[in-house]
Amino acid sequence: MVEKHKTEWRVIVSRAMAILVLLGGILLAAGLCNATPASDNTVPSIFDPRSTTAESIDHLSRFVLAITGLIFLVVFSLLTYATVKFRSRDANTNREPAQVYGSTQIELAWTVIPILIVVVLFFATARVIHAIQDAPKPPTAVEVTAIGHQFWWEFRYPVLGVVTANELHVPVSDPNHPTPTFLKLLSADTDHSFWVPQLAGKTDLIPNRLNQMWIDPQQTGIFLGQCAQYCGTQHAKMLLRVSVDTPEAFDAWIHAQKQSANRDDKEVAGRHVFETTACVNCHAVGGTNATGRFGPDLTHLMSRSTIAAGAAENTNENLRLWIQNPDAIKPGSLMPAMKLSDPDLDALVRYLETLH
Amino acid sequence: MSPDAMAIQAAEVDAGRTLVQVLHEWVTTVDHKRLGILYVLLALMFLLIGGLEAIIIRIQLMRAHNDFVSPQVFNRMFTMHGTTMIFFVVMPVMFGFANYLVPLMIGARDMAFPRLNAFGFWLTAFGGLLLYFSFVGGNGLYGAGNAPDVGWFAYAPLTSRAFSVGHSTDFWTVALLVSGFGSIATAINIITTVLCLRCPGMTLNRMPLLAWLNLVMAALVILAVSPLTAAQVMLSVDRYLGGHFFDTQAGGSAALWMHFFWIFGHPEVYVLVLPAFAFASEIIPVFSRKPIFGYPAMVAATVCIGFVGMTVWAHHMFTIGMNSAANAFFVLTTMIIAVPTGIKIFNWLGTIWGGKIQFKTPMLFCLGFLFQFLIAGLTGIMLGTAPFNWQLGNSYFVIAHFHYVIVGGIMFCLFGAFYYWFPKVTGRMLNETLGKLHFWLFLIGFHLTFDTMHIPGVLGMPRRIYTYEPARGWDTLNLIITAGAFIQGFAILIFVVNLVFSCFRGAKAGNDPWDAWTLEWSVSSPPPSYNFASIPTVGSRRPLWDRKHPEDPDYRYE
Repeated sequence: MVEKHKTEWRVIVSRAMAILVLLGGILLAAGLCNATPASDNTVPSIFDPRSTTAESIDHLSRFVLAITGLIFLVVFSLLTYATVKFRSRDANTNREPAQVYGSTQIELAWTVIPILIVVVLFFATARVIHAIQDAPKPPTAVEVTAIGHQFWWEFRYPVLGVVTANELHVPVSDPNHPTPTFLKLLSADTDHSFWVPQLAGKTDLIPNRLNQMWIDPQQTGIFLGQCAQYCGTQHAKMLLRVSVDTPEAFDAWIHAQKQSANRDDKEVAGRHVFETTACVNCHAVGGTNATGRFGPDLTHLMSRSTIAAGAAENTNENLRLWIQNPDAIKPGSLMPAMKLSDPDLDALVRYLETLH
Repeated sequence: MSPDAMAIQAAEVDAGRTLVQVLHEWVTTVDHKRLGILYVLLALMFLLIGGLEAIIIRIQLMRAHNDFVSPQVFNRMFTMHGTTMIFFVVMPVMFGFANYLVPLMIGARDMAFPRLNAFGFWLTAFGGLLLYFSFVGGNGLYGAGNAPDVGWFAYAPLTSRAFSVGHSTDFWTVALLVSGFGSIATAINIITTVLCLRCPGMTLNRMPLLAWLNLVMAALVILAVSPLTAAQVMLSVDRYLGGHFFDTQAGGSAALWMHFFWIFGHPEVYVLVLPAFAFASEIIPVFSRKPIFGYPAMVAATVCIGFVGMTVWAHHMFTIGMNSAANAFFVLTTMIIAVPTGIKIFNWLGTIWGGKIQFKTPMLFCLGFLFQFLIAGLTGIMLGTAPFNWQLGNSYFVIAHFHYVIVGGIMFCLFGAFYYWFPKVTGRMLNETLGKLHFWLFLIGFHLTFDTMHIPGVLGMPRRIYTYEPARGWDTLNLIITAGAFIQGFAILIFVVNLVFSCFRGAKAGNDPWDAWTLEWSVSSPPPSYNFASIPTVGSRRPLWDRKHPEDPDYRYE
């Protein structure tokens, strides 16, 4: 009786283990396949592609998932079957099972079949690598130079003559008349990586090296991403927003960004504070004597919805807090606390708020 | 002090020696078994420290915008966690087991170079202490942070003096330099021992798989650690002698460091996993009551992994902008390595097939390993597909993948090895009830943490971020991951309790508690000094099987 209990217990243990591992697998598979996006598009899932490059990666990924899933099911079933079937049922007999040393045919089979799978996977992969990396640049492409900084993004449109930060604007691309955006990736300091999962895979920004990538977004909207290569203390808050605009909205945005700063003489006091403190060492405002490049260009600060590389909403309170005590928003960022008097701070923020 | 040392010490104090004498013996020992134990104890100590760091990381990440630790402390924690676990937990523990087991299993009385062996251990030990001394000494004259915070692969130019002031990076560099020399010394020792000290009759073709796998592991250590050591020297030259190898501001190359690091870093994975395979290859046959299925194929697959493993390193660098041909090449080599690895899994399956599986704790851990390593291999194929990697690389999917390899694969085998060889080392059995509790809790915690962890990666969560934005769909997942981490931590505590308890109160083991077949079970537990009173002669891969079954010995079939 005791023996029987023991045996049953063993069965339960092995089945429980099988179920656990199976559950794990299902959880994994479910997570991978059904990572469906939230409707407001704040979940940057790689399986919710909105651009040609991300889409071809998505197709390949699903193909690889299917093959690996199949391998998983087969080997998992075999392992589970063997574990349950060949458990020692009677602990008391000392009889050893048949001693089998190997089998050339079987071993050959499980060598050749994986080799065939590898060949298939390799060619499927190589095709996508070629399609993405060696794609020619059409003359209609928008050119952007992205420069990684600790801990923010600088975007320059050399042809269009626009400089902005952290929020990249690109035109939506019509499949019939594609206007993809080609990015040259550079870094001003350490390694960074440009990753907006719904638009493309990531590419690193490495100092003293020129990298390239392209996106071809098929749908307008805001797409979220962030730096994906550890770059220092505030790597976590080096966030990235890509605004995919209609062609008209993109042209309007470019037109607005090309204007130099709004010379609104009402805020002359704040402008004085800006231009006579350390602000100008790092920040540029077009059309003024502020030409620093260490921090983001502020010419059209108010056209951006966030500050501090996406760490905070672009609001009056956040601007004040960011200037007085950046560590409250982003500890370890390279923006110094400006330690201004309250009237100066008020004037400065009022001035910044004229930079549309 | 650890249980093993305490038991042995207690026995020796009883024998009338003072504590100082005993300590002196342990510090000056050149005995391969004692050095093996010292390696394992060192690794266990660092395992607890590295585990604590993991728990701190997980508490910080359990919800969005948490402020349990500052970003600076978080960055130190993940750097120290990675460095500690790879260099001062898994490597030393594998060297410890190799040191203890290889001479016993090949019928030798010690390692080939006993004093080099001790030298290697102490270099590793002091390397580890040096790394942790950075918490005290890393400030330097600049008051700029203490422990290293550059990540465990320390990409240039974050390690240059412009971005890493103070001495934290120097502690990291020198700690790895020092322990690297220790690793190379031990590797040379293992190779020489396996090639030169096998007992009569033990041809390479009859050598236990554990010895084979450790032989290939040691060869990989020499090939892999040397470039790392060179890179550390170059980095120090950059930092202190005005060199520009990796100094991008003066024309150096950040990608050069990546190549140096990963030509170490990827073979390193095999350095860690081959000894784990070795444990599985010894334990699975014994508890299936069958010889290993396809021994020659297993050896060939091991050697093949060793060679191909040297050619795959740049699959860690698919996102750095290599050209399409280079990317395709590394996709191919990475996928090829799945073939010998697959052969191994199938051969273990073949070993179980038709056996009489005994679900003792060592076997439970090895079965867990088989299932989990299967999944780890398949997510590895996903990551080896370069375009898929452009999405998944540097995300939490990668973290989940390599923890599946290191925890789900290597650690599970390692725990199996602890339960399997503890009786040989101490003469006492580890408690089975606590062992099973340890297994099930760890299994549940492991799957809770690392199955879940794949998903935030797919949802765009990069690694090495100290906090994240809410509303990205990552919050709940991270909470589950953290819960799993606590369960794993609790399971580890049970394991430690079991080690200490069983050391004193465990059932007496006898020479051969598992009815096993390799030479270490032919001697007393613990084995006597110099192992074998007379050097054995073997006629097959399972010498003890031949002795126990003279009517049907193995050598008839090999």
